[in-house]
This record gives sequence, C-alpha cells and structure tokens, in this order.
Amino acid sequence: MIEVNDIHKSFGETKVLKGISTSFEPGKTSLIIGQSGAGKTVFLKSLLGLHLPEEGSISYNGQINTEMSIEDKREFRKELGMVFQGSALFDSLNVEENVMFPLTMFTKQTRPEMLERVNTVLKRVDLENSNKKFPAELSGGMQKRVAIARAIIMNPKYLFCDEPNSGLDPSTSILIDNLIQEITDEYKIITVINTHDMNSVMEIGDKIVFLKNGLKAWEGSSKEIFKTDNQAVVDFVYSSNLFKKVREAYLNEK
Amino acid sequence: MNYIEHVGKYFMMLGQVFKAPQKYRVFQDAVFREIEQLGIKSVGIISFISFFIGGVIALQTALNISDPLIPKMLIGFATKRSIILEFAPTFCSIILAGKVGSYITSSIGSMRVTEQIDALEIMGVNSLNYLVLPKIIAAVFFYPFLIILGMFLGIFGGWAAGILSNMFYEADYLEGIQFDFQSFLIFYALIKTVIFAFIIATVPSYHGYYVKGGSLEVGKASTQSVVWTIVIIVIANYFLTQMLLT
Ligand SMILES: Nc1ncnc2c1ncn2[C@@H]1O[C@H](COP(=O)(O)OP(=O)(O)O)[C@@H](O)[C@H]1O
Ligand SMILES: [Mg+2]
Repeated sequence: MIEVNDIHKSFGETKVLKGISTSFEPGKTSLIIGQSGAGKTVFLKSLLGLHLPEEGSISYNGQINTEMSIEDKREFRKELGMVFQGSALFDSLNVEENVMFPLTMFTKQTRPEMLERVNTVLKRVDLENSNKKFPAELSGGMQKRVAIARAIIMNPKYLFCDEPNSGLDPSTSILIDNLIQEITDEYKIITVINTHDMNSVMEIGDKIVFLKNGLKAWEGSSKEIFKTDNQAVVDFVYSSNLFKKVREAYLNEK
Repeated sequence: MNYIEHVGKYFMMLGQVFKAPQKYRVFQDAVFREIEQLGIKSVGIISFISFFIGGVIALQTALNISDPLIPKMLIGFATKRSIILEFAPTFCSIILAGKVGSYITSSIGSMRVTEQIDALEIMGVNSLNYLVLPKIIAAVFFYPFLIILGMFLGIFGGWAAGILSNMFYEADYLEGIQFDFQSFLIFYALIKTVIFAFIIATVPSYHGYYVKGGSLEVGKASTQSVVWTIVIIVIANYFLTQMLLT
C-alpha cells in the first residue's frame, strides 16, 4: 500500500503540486490522468523520491519514504521498477545488457544465471531474438518492452510507468497496456501509470486519479469516470469527438 | 545561481562521488572503459601537438638567441625547461579540457535529459559515483603518462626542427637538454598534471550532471564547461606555480 498525504512541490516560483492525497493498493493498476503539463510526471517522480516534496509525506507499507536517508532510499529502490516516458534505456548498452544491468549491479549471480533470468523476462515481454541490438536500432514499441523488462527484472513490489503509450500507435499501445496489466495481476504488485490516453482508461485501470492544475480534481474507478458529472473530468474525457458521441448515445439511452 | 552556490553544489557532488563503489567488478570495467575514452583516444592529438609545439619553441628560442656570446646549448636547455614546466602539463591539459571536457559534459548531459540518470537512481544506483568516479580515476592515473609522452615528443620535436631548419647544431641541442637535470621539476609537472586531471574529470561532469532541458541545453553546457574547465586550470596553474616553485 502506498499512501500519499498532502504533497506540495514547487520549482522556484511555480507551484506544480498543490496538496495531493491518495493511496494505491497491491494487485491493482492505478492511473494518473490529466492534460499535458498537469503535473503527472512531477507527481510520479515525487512518489519515487526523485523530487523532494516541500510538504506532505509518502509512505510505502507504513515506511515513510520522505524521511529516509539517501542510503536507505537506495536500498529501498531495489524494490521498485520504473518505465520512463522516453524509455531511458542506456544508449551504450545492448538490449541484454540493459535488462541485465540491475542484476550485475546488485546480485552475486553468475553470468549464465543472469542470462537465463534476462531471457525469461524478455520472453515475458515478447521480445526474443533482439538481445544484441542497441536501443537506437529498436522501434518505440520495442524500446518500451525492453524498458518494462528492465523494470521487472528484480521482481519489484512496485511498478511505475510514465506515459507508457506516448509515441506508440494505438494497437501497440493496447499491447503494452495489457502487458502491464497482466504483470500487475501475475505478481500482485502495485502499479501506477501516468497517461493522457483515454484508450488506456477504457482498457486498464482499477483506480483513476485525475489531476488538474496541481490538484486532485477527481478520483474513482474506470466505470465511474464515464458517469461522473464532474465538469473538469467531463471536459477532459470527452475532448475527443469519438467519446463525445459515445456519451451522447449513453445519455440518450437513459 | 551565484558562484558560491555552484562551488557548494560542486563539493556536495564530490561527496556523493567519493563513496565506495556499489559493485567492484562493475567499477573496474568502467575504469578501463574510461581509460580508453578519456586517455587512449587522446594519445594521437597530444603527440601531434607536443611534437609541433616543441619544434616551434626550439625555433623561437634559436631566433631570439642571436648574440654570439650566449652559448648555443641554451636553445636546447630553454626548450626542455619550457616544455617540462609549462607546455606539456598546462598546454596539454588545456587541449584535453577542450577534447575530453566536451565529451564528458555531452555524454553525462544527454543521460540527464533522456532520464537515464533518473533510471540509474531509481534502480538504487548512486549515479554520481557510478558515472564520475571512474572518470576521475582514469584521468588521474593516465594523464601523467600522457604528459610524460608529451614532454618526450616536445623535446624530440625541437631536435627535429633544428635538423630540418639548420638553425642550431644537434650536438648543442643534445647538450642543452641534458644540462642541469632536476627531477623535482618533473615531479612538479606531474603534481600539476594530477590536479588538472581531477579538474578535467569533475568540472565537466558537474556541468553535464546538473543540465536542465533538452539537447540544445546539453550543447550549451558543453561549451560552458570547456570554458570553465580552462579558466579553473589557468587559475590553479598560477597558484600551484607560486606554491611549489617560489
Ligand atoms: N524540473 C523542473 N523544473 C521546473 N519546472 C518543472 C520541472 N519539471 C516539471 N516542471 C513544470 O511542472 C509542470 C508539470 O509538468 P509535468 O509533471 O511534466 O506535466 P505532465 O502532466 O505533462 O507530466 C510543467 O509546467 C513543467 O513546466
Ligand atoms: Mg509527463
């Protein structure tokens, strides 16, 4: 369980997060949605301790992350995996070395043991036969798969994804979404995903947190989001014509 | 941010850099990689420049010693001294600051803007220790050899210039470069080199690690970092000379 209690974060004069509280549960996929610039990335990075909030606290299973020393934080971070918006693969390492990196850094496994684990994970994300390729030689979707593989190689308890679909075509997006959802169910981990993609909201997401102007404007389930009267949510969700038509049809039925 | 804040942040950075490596094996591999990147790949340019600068120093000295009363052996002597004291350690370090400094800033800076540094941190890696310490070790260990090579080639370049131009006799030059040999001066040059190596590894790392924005900012940071590295080397050179030689 991750509990977020009233966090504030500013950069200089700009207040980006203005007091957000929520919680995330194991075995569930939670989505943080909101327009570009709403503060989703800053929120996610604050959860991870990459940004230090000026106020408020974040606790992981009761352990307060915001009060840990840098050494304790590093130790704790071995339990979490993150998929960055641009994948953030190490340019100078090939696919295999990228995925293996946390193992070489933190385990005493032999090379064959590590390779076996790497191949298992790469198979899990449907990316076989690309072990020796470098990130620059991969498509966006393949890079995302490598990034997911690298994030789950250490069997994390928490998985964070920043816009896992950005830059991907709709069908690849759905594959990546489903993959993340399956991994969450399979390992009973806590997964938090940032997205502005409404398709993801339809497909996955047990819980949705809607951010607007640095505040939590709405929170609920993926079923509730299509029924809510909250104007900010309605404006965001029905900004696409397709969804507008769906909503009209839904309201007409009633 | 003002200068004082940058200096403070730089020393805070060093605090994270000088921690025990998290995995010795990974660290060792990284050191060898950096010796290749920062050292071996600079051998060519340092050799080339040292050889020609040595030739020019010998020619300039010969041109300026036209008085028949001054022994011609002084040409070799003056060339040797200038190369050992300043041209090899300081001039070559400035060349390295340009070549290696921009490489370090752009490689660490692009890791920053593409979130690769965040990715390291999220895994629990001490990114400063992982990225910067191997560079410091590689530079501090390898640059003294590079500078000694520069000294030899510079003196050799002076000899070659004499032969090609007929401006002084080989025998005089050889006598001059052996005259009044002081090992302390080599030691002095190597102390300077080690300190410059430290500056060349850390100042550009600082500029790259704390860059904000995108690839445009990484480019700007590289230019800035080379300028600052050179300025700091020049200032350090002045104080080191004053401290060690007077
Ligand atoms: N490191 C930073 N320094 C200054 N401002 C930042 C920084 N990171 C984000 N911001 C600002 O915070 C706001 C929210 O950004 P972000 O969380 O990236 O939005 P998004 O919801 O698109 O992920 C933006 O206005 C952005 O300019
Ligand atoms: Mg974002």
